[in-house]
Amino acid sequence: MSMTAAEKILSSHAGEEVRAGSFVEASVDLVLANDITGPLAIEIFREMGAERVFDPDKVVLVPDHFVPNKDVRAAEQAKLLRQFAREQAITHYFEVGEMGIEHVLLPERGLVMPGQVIVGADSHTCTYGALGAFATGVGSTDVAAAMALGRLWFRVPETLRLEFRGTPSPAAGAKDLILHAIGEIGVEGARYMALEFCGPAVEKLSVEGRLTMANMAVEAGAKVGLFAVDAKTREYLGKDVRGVETDPDASFTTKVLDVAGLPPLVAAPHLPSNVRPAEELRHVRVDQVYIGSCTNGRLEDLEAAASILKGHRVAPGVRVLVVPGSQAVYLAALRRGIIEVFLEAGAAVSTPTCGACLGGHMGVLAGGERCLATTNRNFVGRMGHESSEVYLAGPAVAAATALTGYITDPREVVSYAAG
Amino acid sequence: MLRGRAWKFGDNVDTDIIIPARYLTSTDPAELGAYCMTPADPEFPHRVRKGDFVVAGQNFGCGSSREHAPLALRGAGVAAVIAVSFARIFFRNAINIGLPIMECPQADAIRTGDELEVDPAAGLIRNLTRGEEYRATPLPPFLREIIEAGGLVPYVRREVRR
Repeated sequence: MSMTAAEKILSSHAGEEVRAGSFVEASVDLVLANDITGPLAIEIFREMGAERVFDPDKVVLVPDHFVPNKDVRAAEQAKLLRQFAREQAITHYFEVGEMGIEHVLLPERGLVMPGQVIVGADSHTCTYGALGAFATGVGSTDVAAAMALGRLWFRVPETLRLEFRGTPSPAAGAKDLILHAIGEIGVEGARYMALEFCGPAVEKLSVEGRLTMANMAVEAGAKVGLFAVDAKTREYLGKDVRGVETDPDASFTTKVLDVAGLPPLVAAPHLPSNVRPAEELRHVRVDQVYIGSCTNGRLEDLEAAASILKGHRVAPGVRVLVVPGSQAVYLAALRRGIIEVFLEAGAAVSTPTCGACLGGHMGVLAGGERCLATTNRNFVGRMGHESSEVYLAGPAVAAATALTGYITDPREVVSYAAG
Repeated sequence: MLRGRAWKFGDNVDTDIIIPARYLTSTDPAELGAYCMTPADPEFPHRVRKGDFVVAGQNFGCGSSREHAPLALRGAGVAAVIAVSFARIFFRNAINIGLPIMECPQADAIRTGDELEVDPAAGLIRNLTRGEEYRATPLPPFLREIIEAGGLVPYVRREVRR
């Protein structure tokens, strides 16, 4: 019988044919935790009476949220994670100096493959769907169970396919496509579902762009955000892999999104679905611009921002923070002269961290302050004080905004070739 | 049967409201509970009484995977969460740690201060203040088994020993 990609992947990991709506126990190929969710998972792992992780090659521990340690308590949590990694001889533990934001790091390190089942105690684990993996965010108890047993319970999700038709404005990128989709279907439009992204506009995207889109599947409530595996995926992975695809006559819903001429977008406070064209928000002045995160902290993002900032200075009174998503991204940006562009423009560049995206450290907002961020959430108090505001956008809008001090459509400061 | 007062919140209550990330350097429910829901209502941790209910609209618990969110609610003394719908990771986390949650289409009818009598196992909510009765969407048998086992921890403990 015909099946969706989600049904096929979960079936192959459950050892039985499963359908949307059923509950299954499936084996997992990778289990991920960070310095916030890991310590709690470790505590619960011990409470479960577990002594050894099911496979030290399949557990990935990344201190990235509050590292480099933001205070003594954060340091204690990072220490707990480090000690557990040593005790369990975890292969994939990434210390400061070789780490990155987990969802930038894992694909980069070749740990993610099409058809895998990956669980992570971080909601943006859905990022790996860009490479065709069934990857989903879970809690710490879930991760403790998965570390102990190598399997976990799942509800097999229904599939909602988003088909992007038309050619967006050349100034719009992957972030604008996903913001548009969330604006259209809403923050719970894909609740409990598997999203599939397809259509000419997304097939043209690089793997980095696809990672940006899959990353925000959770912002529409989805369990996973899947892309088909194609030549770009194989080139990125350096492997001749095949993806798991939905049968044409499987049971799923399709929604067509017309993105012809789509302009650069911004999600205004306080929901990622509160999406407007950037040019409609010119009246909004900002105190800070943040370029980074698991959504937009990859080389392509930094390049997009640098191409706009090159040879200019950021607007007076605007703090511009650039956070490369991993050591490898940082190094590549440095070698290409991108870091120099940022520094000469008057931006601050930091070591990789989730940091300010969740109001942790390295760029937290004061009361009443406004930030234009390339991150994924603009909830109340997300980046700091409850009265601060976060506007979400892609790296081009962020760079243009850095130059003017108010929310700016990049076409206002640079010209784009038509087509 | 649980009995307590309702604390009503709106749609899309996210995990940054339930417990802001800056407090995630602790895993202690009592400590987390002291900051629970404060971005929405700074007085909530002081005014909520043990056994009260959090009631909300759609998509409760959207956002982060932090299990600290249901732990904070429990630490604040919340006996159960009743909402029109739940975001999926919060839903998992609540089931896994054994915090009763009830998906109820009529949750919108409940107001802050309403006196409620709640039977999570039967999926029954009685609004004593308004003289109304609501039914929660029944949980699938698979999840009821996890809850009846006392959450995911006892379940895994059994498997680990095997």
